[in-house]
Amino acid sequence: MLQIKDLHVSVGDKAILKGINLEIKPGEIHAIMGPNGSGKSTLSHILSGKSGYTVTGGSVTYQGKDLLDMAPEIRAREGVFLAFQYPVEIPGVSNIYLLKAALNSIRKHQGQSEVDAMDFLTLVKDKVRLLEMDEKFLYRAVNEGFSGGEKKRNEILQMAILEPKLCIMDETDSGLDIDALKIVSEGVNSLRSADRSFVMVTHYQRLLDYIKPDFVHVLAHGQIVKSGGAELALELEEKGYSWVEVDQAAA
Amino acid sequence: MTTATASRYAAEYQTIASSLPGQSLPWLQQLRREALEQFSAQGFPSPREEEWRYTNVSAIEKKLFTPSLTLTAGYIDAEWVKIHQLDEAWSVVLVNGHFSAELSVLTDLPEAVLVMSMAEALASHSDKVENYLGKAAPHKEHGFIAFNAAWFSDGLFVHVPAKLVLDRPIQLLNLVSDSDAIATTRNIIIAEEMAEIKVIEMFIGTDCAYLTTAVTEVFVEKNANVTLHKMQSESDKAYHFGGCYIKQARDSRFTHHNFAFGGLLARCDIHVDLDHASECELNGLYLGAKRQHIDNHTRITHLKPHGISRELYKGVLDDRARGVFQGRVIVAEDAQKTDSQMNNRNLLLSNDAEADTKPQLEIYADDVKCAHGVTVGQLDEKSIFYLQSRCVNEETARNMLTFAFANEMVDKINIKSFHDKVLEQVLLRFPQEGVNKEWL
Ligand SMILES: Nc1ncnc2c1ncn2[C@@H]1O[C@H](COP(=O)(O)OP(=O)(O)OP(=O)(O)O)[C@@H](O)[C@H]1O
Ligand SMILES: [Mg+2]
Repeated sequence: MLQIKDLHVSVGDKAILKGINLEIKPGEIHAIMGPNGSGKSTLSHILSGKSGYTVTGGSVTYQGKDLLDMAPEIRAREGVFLAFQYPVEIPGVSNIYLLKAALNSIRKHQGQSEVDAMDFLTLVKDKVRLLEMDEKFLYRAVNEGFSGGEKKRNEILQMAILEPKLCIMDETDSGLDIDALKIVSEGVNSLRSADRSFVMVTHYQRLLDYIKPDFVHVLAHGQIVKSGGAELALELEEKGYSWVEVDQAAA
Repeated sequence: MTTATASRYAAEYQTIASSLPGQSLPWLQQLRREALEQFSAQGFPSPREEEWRYTNVSAIEKKLFTPSLTLTAGYIDAEWVKIHQLDEAWSVVLVNGHFSAELSVLTDLPEAVLVMSMAEALASHSDKVENYLGKAAPHKEHGFIAFNAAWFSDGLFVHVPAKLVLDRPIQLLNLVSDSDAIATTRNIIIAEEMAEIKVIEMFIGTDCAYLTTAVTEVFVEKNANVTLHKMQSESDKAYHFGGCYIKQARDSRFTHHNFAFGGLLARCDIHVDLDHASECELNGLYLGAKRQHIDNHTRITHLKPHGISRELYKGVLDDRARGVFQGRVIVAEDAQKTDSQMNNRNLLLSNDAEADTKPQLEIYADDVKCAHGVTVGQLDEKSIFYLQSRCVNEETARNMLTFAFANEMVDKINIKSFHDKVLEQVLLRFPQEGVNKEWL
């Protein structure tokens, strides 16, 4: 699904990602952990096509195509979805309007006709129920005046409706209380399938109790310094990041 | 303007003077004479005047617009008029500045409510008109008001008695169909104690150059509630001056929704005087493209304590268009506990577009809450990326965000039929992808 090879990224002349290697196969769940400022969001942004970064080396291949070569909206239509760490408020554009625009452009991209209005409403309402949201949120402006938790839930709602192939979740669990975390996790788990992959950036092992990852990677100073199975998260929780960084320095 | 040009207009005046309404009313004749003298001496306002700094109306000098003497001077298509008439509304139609009884809809008015042409009001209720004409808009204010007082050929007169709540809005449809015409109209709206009314002013014209000068005086008596709407969609070659001057009595409420879409050069004045604990809300949206120049000048004067004013004006400027917003808030020494907020936000869609924004607070009381904010900028790149990450291409995202920015003002309208008319006009500016009307 996704191959990242020796990816180097900088902002201005500041190097942020310094040689990332990562392979994600269909159906896999990868957790990325690491200290603040290590480059986790930068990686998520680079994958979804945010401007302002310079790729100074390496490559990213998505479903056999050069991902870095595609405009952000093309990546999205091809199935890359980023659940933002800080979702943006869009006053004046209602949630349901954006969902419809997004879904229809995916359908168009796949050579399908516009979604039927009734089918769309049924689909959206199903997912709203799945995430235990109030239907009123659909008619409110995207993220405007939403609480932190509501914004995160709204990101997952979009993800559930757009059914992407590669789901990148940047700290979706940060700021969620335990009940909301359970609901969001159930939403994510309901999306799991053999051909859908997840990249979950998180600081908290608690998320991984609900969504069990196949791999855990530690990103520090712009590099993946350690990778392991789900048990690595527990170890990190116990010992903090310093031991992997020290480990790395020793190696 | 040079006085030479002013006197050219003044000479022209003599050709129509005897056909203007109110010939038999000495007080009106005197008012017109004084106004004409003032106009002949000063002409139209010049950019040397502080409140006209950004707007040069000298182009009006170069063209000599002429008033049409009668209604029949212009060809008017009744079907075209109907398109612009609102359902469920009383409608007064002025064509080239003259009332058309034929096109107007004034049936089923509640008893004691007066909705009629200004000419008729001068004939049948001249005492009432005399009490109000020029009281909110004194002609000394500036040359356009003086010009209007001298030249007005007709207009709308509304009087709603105390405690009466009008369930339907009153629409004033101003149409200009003649090239080089001047349409000069004067309107008076009076809501007596506790009365409630909604009035909609619309300005439309055929595709030619002409000059509109419209002055509306509004009197909101104690605890009354008036909502005034204006949609200016003049032809893109037209010159428009439209002024609304509002006097609010104690505990009254006034709301204005001001949409400025048309005209090559358009200036709108909104001046409100607030008495004790009265409230006003001024909303505005201006969309400028090509070489349009759109100027909105607002002045809110808090004269007495506990008044509340809220103001939000938004502008979207494309191509080489220029938008001007001057917002003055004056808080008199007496007006303690005033609560005032003023905001002006401008979106520039091209490098050549320009927004001049000038909020002015003049506060003479010491215990007040006054806030103001101004922005001039482009679309937010973070928002564009967010939409792109949701499959929307960049151009569509820009359209969506621009439309949303403007639509916030449209959504404040509570009258469905008028809301839809305004929305239709806004959508005309978004022919591109991004705004799907069916989904709104
Ligand atoms: N646009 C930018 N300009 C300058 N520096 C940037 C920019 N974006 C990111 N950085 C820097 O790059 C580094 C990595 O930032 P990034 O947001 O990717 O970290 P993160 O791992 O997501 O951190 P957190 O856990 O706090 O979310 C930080 O030092 C940050 O300050
Ligand atoms: Mg981050």
